[in-house]
Amino acid sequence: MTSLKVFIIARAIALIPTILILVTLVFFIMRVLPGDPVIAIVGMKAPMERVVELKKELGLIDENGNEIPLIVQYVNYLMKLVQGDLGRSLIWGKRPVVVEIMEHLPATIELAIAGFLVSLLIGMTLGTIGAGIGGKVNSAVRVYSAVAYALFIPWIGMMLQLVFSVGLKIFPVGGRIGVGLEPPTYTGLYILDSLISGKIDSFISSLKHITLPAVTLGLVISGVFSRVTRVSVEEILKQDFVVAARARGLPEYRIMLHVLKNSFIPILTMMGLQLALLMTGAVLTETTFSWPGMGTFLLERIQYRDYTTVQGTVIFFAIIVSVMNLIVDVCYAYIDPRIRY
Amino acid sequence: MYTFRPILRRMVLKMPLTTIGIVGLSMILFVVFMAVFADFLAPYDPTKSVGLSLQPPSPEHLFGTNKIGQDMWSRTVYGARTMLIVVALSTILSMIIGVPLGLISGYVGGLLDRISTTIMDSIYAFPSLILAIAIAAALGPGIINTAISIAVVYIPTYFRMVRAQTLNVKNQLYVEAAVAIGAKPSSILSRYIFPNVISVVTAVFTLSVADIVLTEAALSFFGLSVPAPTPDWGFDLRAGQPYLVSGYWWLVTFPGLMIIMLAVGFTFLGESVSEYLGLREVGI
Repeated sequence: MTSLKVFIIARAIALIPTILILVTLVFFIMRVLPGDPVIAIVGMKAPMERVVELKKELGLIDENGNEIPLIVQYVNYLMKLVQGDLGRSLIWGKRPVVVEIMEHLPATIELAIAGFLVSLLIGMTLGTIGAGIGGKVNSAVRVYSAVAYALFIPWIGMMLQLVFSVGLKIFPVGGRIGVGLEPPTYTGLYILDSLISGKIDSFISSLKHITLPAVTLGLVISGVFSRVTRVSVEEILKQDFVVAARARGLPEYRIMLHVLKNSFIPILTMMGLQLALLMTGAVLTETTFSWPGMGTFLLERIQYRDYTTVQGTVIFFAIIVSVMNLIVDVCYAYIDPRIRY
Repeated sequence: MYTFRPILRRMVLKMPLTTIGIVGLSMILFVVFMAVFADFLAPYDPTKSVGLSLQPPSPEHLFGTNKIGQDMWSRTVYGARTMLIVVALSTILSMIIGVPLGLISGYVGGLLDRISTTIMDSIYAFPSLILAIAIAAALGPGIINTAISIAVVYIPTYFRMVRAQTLNVKNQLYVEAAVAIGAKPSSILSRYIFPNVISVVTAVFTLSVADIVLTEAALSFFGLSVPAPTPDWGFDLRAGQPYLVSGYWWLVTFPGLMIIMLAVGFTFLGESVSEYLGLREVGI
């Protein structure tokens, strides 16, 4: 077996305790903390039958009305989770939580990808300019990095809405696509789907809808990238090959291309580290722009006290972030053979 | 506590005042000033309806009024208090748990260290806001509950840095000497190792406060922080959003500006502190 395979297997096994700990944490947070979720859902004056019914649905009591011990509830939940079952929603047709999550996931992925691209574009451009020109410009980029990180997403989003939606009326205030323009589902990403099905109207509408959210998310994350790019490019510019290239009379833009290529590894590392920030940012961006993704879904269900869905969604977040981290690690190990256990 | 004084004094007195650090510090002090003198600065009760609905900024109402006629300037001023209390409480909570746990885990090692490191790393890798949302939703609204939700998320940050530093320090010769002369583990930890982690704790503190400010704002923006009439920036931002389309810009502009000012202030201060302590590029 190659060492890369060993690395992947070892890394995947190490994922199990991480996910287990998070599932445990979320499970007990939702159960043990003060406040009776059943009363919270149905209200103090609910009839007894409704309470009993709900307790059964939540897996708190068995068929005969006897209480199931917490530890058994926990094991039951884990057993179901292993089979990919996150339980059923407590409201509106009681649909499986996994199905509902899958309906909202593509919107979040689309927004995250768009935001990520915007942040790379802004961040790398500013970082390269800062390091390349130096002096006051470099300091300005440094300040930008710090400020961008501390921008509060909903506020930036609302300011963009004020200017571009309410004032200039160029972009819509919120939503994902115009009414009745949803393209047929291939990937779940509206921009791709409308291209595949050749619907120009849908394509333009989805592009218009995603612009402001993507810029909002991208702006905030761009600070991180402008910082890494700046530091990395600065480092590379000091190296001998740059001096050699200058001595040979290479035009400045060609030198910059070589420098950028070489400074890419730290930027790549930073991309992997930004996954959690991207998720957090997406949740905030979604709620600001009523973007129908995981974040909006999670908060909506919190308001309805749909506990199984809330628990399921948070656990789902834990799993995707862990798996994405695994993929990133494997990519590094593939690119750089020195990274091994 | 006598032994720590020189370290703290050195840190405070010898801190080079970079431009960015001064700007950051003044932004923070401005907000602190608002919070401390809220009773004098705010002309109205922030929880009561004191004027007409949705009035634009005017001499009577500097930041205008909201839907139910509350004075936005008073709410903004008192909002500083809510924010700073939550930030202070959650920072203290995560320090109280994270720092000793990191010290003990790093010093004792073995199985205890493995278990606590695995747990802390799992929490650390998880998107902080989503975990905070889950805890806040389960705990219900309130200042203390919000502080707990945020603190849980930031315990691992302190834990990891303190543990790493403890591992560094524990193999130093003077610690070995202390063991040799028969010092108790508790006094080794508190008198020999702890003073050496103070600078790390300071760095983590300055770098994470901005995050804590943004997390509090996010939780209250989601309606998971303080209950309704309490003046709170994130809450006001959410409350003002529906009126944005009709052009009532003042409802969201000012609370948001305050959140960003405080967060930027702490980020600037954090930049200059961590640069001074030689711990740049940590975390963010």
